[in-house]
Formats: sequence, structure tokens, C-alpha cells
Amino acid sequence: MSLLSTYIEHIINVLPDLVTGSMITIEITSFALFFGMILGTISGLGKLSRTRIFRYPCIVYIDFIRGTPLLVQILLFYYGIPGLYSNATGNSLNIDPILAGIIVCSINSGAYIAEIVRAGIQSIDRGQMEAARSLGMTEKMAMREIILPQAFRRIIPPLGNEFIALLKDSSLLAVIGVHELLKTGQLYISRTFAAFPVYIAVAIMYLILTILISRLVAYSERRLGVSDRS
Amino acid sequence: MIEVKDLYKRFEDLEVLKGISVDIKEKEVVCVIGPSGSGKSTFLRCINLLEIPSSGEIFIDGERITDKKININKMREEAGMVFQHFNLFPHKTTLENVALAPIKVRKISKAEAEKRAHDLLEKVGLLDKANVYPSSLSGGQKQRVAIARALAMRPKVMLFDEPTSALDPEMVGDVLGVMKDLAKAGMTMIVVTHEMGFAREVADRVLFMDDGIIVEQGTPEDIFSNARNERTKSFLSKVL
Repeated sequence: MSLLSTYIEHIINVLPDLVTGSMITIEITSFALFFGMILGTISGLGKLSRTRIFRYPCIVYIDFIRGTPLLVQILLFYYGIPGLYSNATGNSLNIDPILAGIIVCSINSGAYIAEIVRAGIQSIDRGQMEAARSLGMTEKMAMREIILPQAFRRIIPPLGNEFIALLKDSSLLAVIGVHELLKTGQLYISRTFAAFPVYIAVAIMYLILTILISRLVAYSERRLGVSDRS
Repeated sequence: MIEVKDLYKRFEDLEVLKGISVDIKEKEVVCVIGPSGSGKSTFLRCINLLEIPSSGEIFIDGERITDKKININKMREEAGMVFQHFNLFPHKTTLENVALAPIKVRKISKAEAEKRAHDLLEKVGLLDKANVYPSSLSGGQKQRVAIARALAMRPKVMLFDEPTSALDPEMVGDVLGVMKDLAKAGMTMIVVTHEMGFAREVADRVLFMDDGIIVEQGTPEDIFSNARNERTKSFLSKVL
């Protein structure tokens, strides 16, 4: 049997596992993006707040997350926190790796999205807020009705980048045993030692997913951009 | 109706308004002219508190709006503002731009607000543009929508901050036409403008501002034909 046909056979064999792994990857990334958007919007707005007690915690959160590696955050959350818990209470604490992955990735992407949201809000012309206020709207109302809808349209492209980065970075969750795309490949390799074809297949799977996302982003950009063209 | 007493506004080291006092009666149309940097726009923006005065008092209908305890939002509902750069909401259609604040702020029903918006757009000659987005309007059309938007709140006074300065010359007439109709209908108006022709024709009173104070004021006739102050004369000789 030639090398090529062996490789192809491995790829065909591993493919069902990789599809299952992709589902986990998509699940974690989607949840993380969703919660990251909520966290990011809150802390992005918080960073723009005039009130220190809102602003400072947001700045600390954003700087800490953006200034430390995701891998360290994953290990700290998955091993560090249960370790602290058992040292403190004497009981053991087990966190579901997928849940841990969603939580860490949400917290992580929240910090990056916060900066995207902040930049998006600041890119809206000051006159928009003035016009809204001159019509008697409160600051909150003007934010909700006028500023945020425009800012969200503008941040779709960087949000798409964040989505793609998050999807790729979720491969780091392999180290805590999450059976996501990379891990399913690695498990197959550990049984068969077929590193080359399987890693190639894993890479291609990531590529397919990221291309799909960028298409999706381009589509929503077109759909939502209707009124902004001038 | 509007009473301004000894108004000062400082931006850090720069003193922009140095003691403005003026009374404006109901239905009066007041045009504010003067060189750039004279504080005209800042004066106007203080009246609806887009700028907070450093000191001095402003009363609208006897209510002291410079009072710290006053609800700024409530007060702003009564003073419509038209900006140099229109500031229409680009993500809302023309009709939505006009109907939004009455719905959200005045809490009137959507149907009633849209009917009001419909009537106002007809008044400014843009009913056929009700369902398009601002990006497809010309500058003059945008400014007429902005006027309709401010009117939809049924304000007691309309403030215009150089409403035609960002327009192509051929668009200016339409906007001034709408403003003239408004003046004829008895709206109280304060207009910061470089359109001397408009000031001469429509204003009941013209204020000439320079360097943060009102240098001279009077009827258009007083100012444009019989200015007494040297600074007024020198400014008018440059712009007329």
C-alpha cells in the first residue's frame, strides 16, 4: 500500500471524530462569543463611564485578561481554582472541562470585545449624542436608541475577527482534556501514530470553519449596512 | 420668554462668553451674527444646556434652567435644536428620525407620532422621502428633515446653529424658506447665521457678537444700515 493511500485511509477513519470535535469547538466558541458580547458590552461601556467605581474594575479586568496568555488563564481556572478550593476547604472540586472552557473563553473574549465596543462607540460622531440629547432623550436612552445600534454595525468586522481568533484559540482547551477538534485528532494519533495526515486534516477543518465564519460576517455586514452607505 | 443674565462660559483657560445678558420675547426672531470664534454657537448651546454655563442664569418661561436641580432632559424638550451638520440618525428612515423622540420622550403613540411626522415632512416638502435613509438625501433635504425632527417635539423655541453653513449654495434657499415659514407662523427663534440677507429680511432683532460679548443689537435696519459700533461696521463691511 502506498503512503498516500495509507494517509487517505487515516483521514477517512478520523473524519467522524473530527466532525464530532468540530461540534464541540463550535459549541464552545458560540457560547463564549455570546457571553463575551454581553461581558464586553458591559465592560466596554464601563470603561467609558465617568464614574470611577464602574470604570476602574472594567479597566483592571480588560488589562488583566489582555495582558496574560489564554493558556495560563485556562490552567489557572481549571487546575488553580479547584486547587485553591481543596486547600481552603479540604473538599475536592471538579469542574466539567467543557463548562470550564466556555467560562474561560467567555471571560477572555469579553475583554477583547470590550475594547472593540469601546472603539465602536467612540467612533460615532459626537453630534449624534448631541442631537439625541437636544430632543430631550436621557443619556441612557440616547445610548440605546442612537449610539449602540450604529456602533454595533460598525464593529461587525472586528467582531468577526474576534470570532475567528476565538475559534482557533479554543484549541488550547485540548490541554484540559476538552474533546474539541484538536483533541479528537490527538486521541486518534495516540492510537495510530498517524501524525501528519491527521494534523493536516485538523488544520483543514479549522480552515473550513474560519472561512464559513468570515462568509457569515461578510453577509451580515451587507445585510446591516444598508442605511449607512453615503 | 427667554431671559439670559450675565452668562459666562469658560473652557479651561479660554473664556468664550464674557457676560451675555439678553431678553427674548415670545414669537421673536433673533439672529445672532458675528465673526467665527465670537462665541455665537456657544451662546446658543448654553440655552439648551449642551454647554453648561460657568456662571450666570438662564430662564425659559420663568423657569431657571441653570438651576442644578432642574431636570435637563425635561427642559431640552422645550428647545428644539438644528445643527450645522444636521446630525440626522443614519440608521433610521426620515420618518423614524422625526417620529422617534415624540414616541420615546413624549410617550405619544406610534401612530400619532407617525401622523405628526407625516404632516411635518409634508410641511418641509419631503413627504416623498419619508421611507428613505438620510444617506440618500442631499444636504438641504437633510437639514429640512432635521428641522421637522426638532419641530415634532413641539418646542417653545427653536435654536438654529448655522443651519445653512454646510450646504451647497443652491440648497440654502430651501432651508431658509422653511425657516421663514416657521417665523411667520409665530415660532420663537434664535438663529446663529452668516446669511445676512435672511437676518435682514426675517429677524425682529439682530445681535452682533464679538469676543464673547454682545457688542451691538437692534432691528435689522439699526444694525445693517446704521451700525454705531466700529467693530460692527468693520465686520459688516467684510461680509456685505
